[in-house]
Amino acid sequence: MCGIVGLFLKDKALEPQLGSLLTAMLVTMTDRGPDSAGIAIYGEDNPAISKLTVQSDEPEQAFATLEKDLAAALGGAVHLRAKDTHAVLEVERGQLSAARALLTKIAPDIRVMATGDTVEIYKEVGLPKDVAARFDLASMSGTHGIGHTRMATESLVTTMGAHPFNTGPDQCLVHNGSLSNHNRLRRKLQREGVHIETENDTEVGAAYITWRIQNGATLGEALEGALNDLDGFFTFLVGTKDGFGVVRDPIACKPAVMAETDQYVAFGSEYRALVNLPGIEQARVWEPEPATVYFWSHQSPSTPTKKAA
Amino acid sequence: MQTIDMETTALRDLNATLQAQAETTNQTTWEITNPKGSHAIAVGLDAPIDVTVKGSTGYYCAGMNKQATITVDGSAGPGVAENMMSGKVVITGDASQYAGATGNGGTLVIKGNASSRCGISMKGIDIIVHGNVGHMSAFMAQSGNLVVCGDAGDALGDSIYEARLFVRGSVKSLGADCIEKEMRPEHLTLLTDLLERGGCDAKPEEFKRYGSARELYHFKIDNAY
Repeated sequence: MCGIVGLFLKDKALEPQLGSLLTAMLVTMTDRGPDSAGIAIYGEDNPAISKLTVQSDEPEQAFATLEKDLAAALGGAVHLRAKDTHAVLEVERGQLSAARALLTKIAPDIRVMATGDTVEIYKEVGLPKDVAARFDLASMSGTHGIGHTRMATESLVTTMGAHPFNTGPDQCLVHNGSLSNHNRLRRKLQREGVHIETENDTEVGAAYITWRIQNGATLGEALEGALNDLDGFFTFLVGTKDGFGVVRDPIACKPAVMAETDQYVAFGSEYRALVNLPGIEQARVWEPEPATVYFWSHQSPSTPTKKAA
Repeated sequence: MQTIDMETTALRDLNATLQAQAETTNQTTWEITNPKGSHAIAVGLDAPIDVTVKGSTGYYCAGMNKQATITVDGSAGPGVAENMMSGKVVITGDASQYAGATGNGGTLVIKGNASSRCGISMKGIDIIVHGNVGHMSAFMAQSGNLVVCGDAGDALGDSIYEARLFVRGSVKSLGADCIEKEMRPEHLTLLTDLLERGGCDAKPEEFKRYGSARELYHFKIDNAY
């Protein structure tokens, strides 16, 4: 099992409530995944900055001089915002990859959870309600976000095994299901030079998408490729700077429910996760089709793309 | 009419109350409010009572039903009316995957669409779907009738035994050993009755019948990989 939730806001008036709405959806999915939880939230797009979300098991020590050290190494302004085991480092836009490279030198024990202009990822081991409280997720505002509650089957219950997985700048992925060809695919991707950290199957799925995009595929093409190259069960929810996408494997035994109103598009592993959203009684509620890539974007009209099973 | 509010009544208490209704009960009409997608609502009933769930349900609503008439005034999650023995279950919205799975008897009416694996391993249940059904519907269906007023997805009736499948719209593909069969007068009579029980105004003549070619009953080396 595992639970997935996602919320894409069309109505700007709801943006201050994104964190609280998404947190409530996440906590409802505790039965499907009590081992760990995580959330990716896309906030305000400040054109002057980009962000790295980092994590440490010893945050006080690790984050104490990080802001100063990174600023000195980078030769530019850095702002650090610590939240429990995570911290968001804001750097000047354009300095993201430089900052990431420097971090591995000046703070090698720090794990990078996310990079991008607007995304922040928070994930830890524990019950979803406890994870949400540690990071005060309910107070966050944003345009859209995705979340995951994990019931581990394929690898250990660790912070790095928790979802969402960052697949590239402002891109992330959550997964319900289990991939059966992840060992072979991991070896293949590692031969291609892709960095994969854990034994987790989803990390391989995320790395696959990253690798496809690095080689010129669009996200939509990468997801269609996943239908051919990933063996196993999956419902993926993918966050991007503009919105989110959904794709299910051709068998589609992992559940998925969507709801759309004039105010939002919502995703849940079960309808239960959606019942407290505003106006849900009037929402159009449906199940996404198998082997079909769906996208909702702030930039362009939404398009489901049917892929032959 | 009795009303049970799931905001204030625990699921187990609700089911225990409904399961305790005997054949001789005079409390025949029940309404369940605030289901909010909860799982296993109104399961294991065995009395000729009338239960209406006001809203959408989660997994396994109306499972193992005998005698009762259960209406979901909304959509139903996976496994609705699983292993029904008798009675009637009506979904006014859509049904998720494996609706009516393994049903031995009774009638399941879905007024919207049904998702994948509708009627998987059905053993005598009658299922009437006003809309479409998803892929692998009636997989290994053994007996009973599946009526689809809309379209059917991939691999309809894969490895089917003796169930009868009636589809008005298109069939994306037929599963192994499932073929189109002639519609004889007795099938039109049967379908007329099924459509009436399902509250459908579709005409029996608009349907095609599918069933087993009976080629998988005995081992044939040609079927081995």
